[in-house]
Amino acid sequence: MSQPDAKSPQVGTDLVKRGMAEMLKGGVIMDVVTAEQAKIAEDAGAVAVMALERVPADIRAQGGVSRSSDPDMIESIMKAVSIPVMAKARIGHFVEAQILESLGVDYIDESEVLTPADYTHHIDKWNFTVPFVCGATNLGEALRRISEGAAMIRSKGEAGTGDVSNATTHMRTLRSQILHLTSMPKDELYVAAKELQAPLQLVQEVAATGKLPVVTFTAGGIATPADAAMMMQLGAEGVFVGSGIFKSGNPEQRAKAIVKATTFFDDASVVADVSRGLGEAMVGINVDEVPEPHRLAERGW
Amino acid sequence: MSAQTNQTEGPIVGVLALQGDVREHAAVLAELGATVLPVRRATELAQVQALVIPGGESTTMDKLLRAFDLRDAVIAAIDGGLPVLGSCAGMVLLARDIEGGIEGQQTLGGIPMTVRRNAFGRQVDSSEVALTWAPDGSPMHATFIRAPWVEAYDADVEVLATVVGTSDNDTHAVAVRYGKRIATAFHPEISGDHRVHQLLLDLI
Repeated sequence: MSQPDAKSPQVGTDLVKRGMAEMLKGGVIMDVVTAEQAKIAEDAGAVAVMALERVPADIRAQGGVSRSSDPDMIESIMKAVSIPVMAKARIGHFVEAQILESLGVDYIDESEVLTPADYTHHIDKWNFTVPFVCGATNLGEALRRISEGAAMIRSKGEAGTGDVSNATTHMRTLRSQILHLTSMPKDELYVAAKELQAPLQLVQEVAATGKLPVVTFTAGGIATPADAAMMMQLGAEGVFVGSGIFKSGNPEQRAKAIVKATTFFDDASVVADVSRGLGEAMVGINVDEVPEPHRLAERGW
Repeated sequence: MSAQTNQTEGPIVGVLALQGDVREHAAVLAELGATVLPVRRATELAQVQALVIPGGESTTMDKLLRAFDLRDAVIAAIDGGLPVLGSCAGMVLLARDIEGGIEGQQTLGGIPMTVRRNAFGRQVDSSEVALTWAPDGSPMHATFIRAPWVEAYDADVEVLATVVGTSDNDTHAVAVRYGKRIATAFHPEISGDHRVHQLLLDLI
């Protein structure tokens, strides 16, 4: 952690990167593919938008290699809204990340939703001024991403399905693995770090504090206000909604409803209220019906 | 974050808990001996002796304040003399006027000033800065995250800290006080310096 004494501003510090994620807490980050959708998201109360060319449901339907979006498209969204704009780079594709940083996006998602560019290494995120969010299915994976410089973690879920079961598994796994560490004797943390395949220092930190050192959101398959509220009750600090909003019958109303349900996640009467008359949710695919080689959550190492 | 139950003598301080870094403010207030109450409803607001509006997304908080009929209650409480501290998005919400807001964005008002949203630029321009805290004249380490600054203010608004903008080389107020209302463009809740929160508690 830097402690600058100089009068000149210090950009890209841990505090500034992780702090940005702290400010998003309790909020909803929405996938958008056009400036119009971005405006709808902003008007619905999104805390940020994720600019991308195709939502995961379409990436899944259309197949092929999926890459970072056209800079023109990302800039059109940055111009359309004043809330933070995030964009995705392929896992390991540090040049796509350099491009996104040069465009001035506020957060980069190194995302398994795009086709990985490196099946061994993730991006060395310490080299960037812009902060990164990365997906994780369990504690070891989350800590490896943090050790590479991720300033925010999200569950992976199974993007583009509208099936929340994988996100549930990831949130439960993270929570129970963290809880387990906090109950362990200190002299057993060395082996715990070995088994988690994570740096000892981070494992010790989690054991002492009972939480990840960065903000944890949920993502992947969230389609209803109830899905969002359930993830929050399972310990998520905020919600990414991908295909769930703009693949539904009434995006505007659904977006507003998910924002409200995320704030009042522990008040069933509010969640019930906002769930009324929302129209068609996205059709969805059961994760079980997705052939294993096409499961996005299994990308990342 | 639960309040410290062993400090029964501390004042009850609310943190507006619609969205944002509620936990960080709650932790600082608890360390200073306050009993912290997250505020999402008018009934909760009625119990507090001071209110913090946290950092977060001002447009989101504005919409939630209105959707859950909390806006009028908060305005009435501030008008009635409730001590209030807003950081970053909280500063935007306490401003009488804003520049760079979205269409239809409303504030709570409370401080006769105009605040520019995202004044420093985008996230890559967010920074840690050493500034001088006017109330005691000593240095303060401040963290600005997509922060606003004060563009203009009435003569009776007291400036507590300033920075020089890297984009325009002009001096801008980034912490102000107006009666029992304090606003900072930076985040005292995440930098480990408790002087701003102490100032709020001293107003109770």
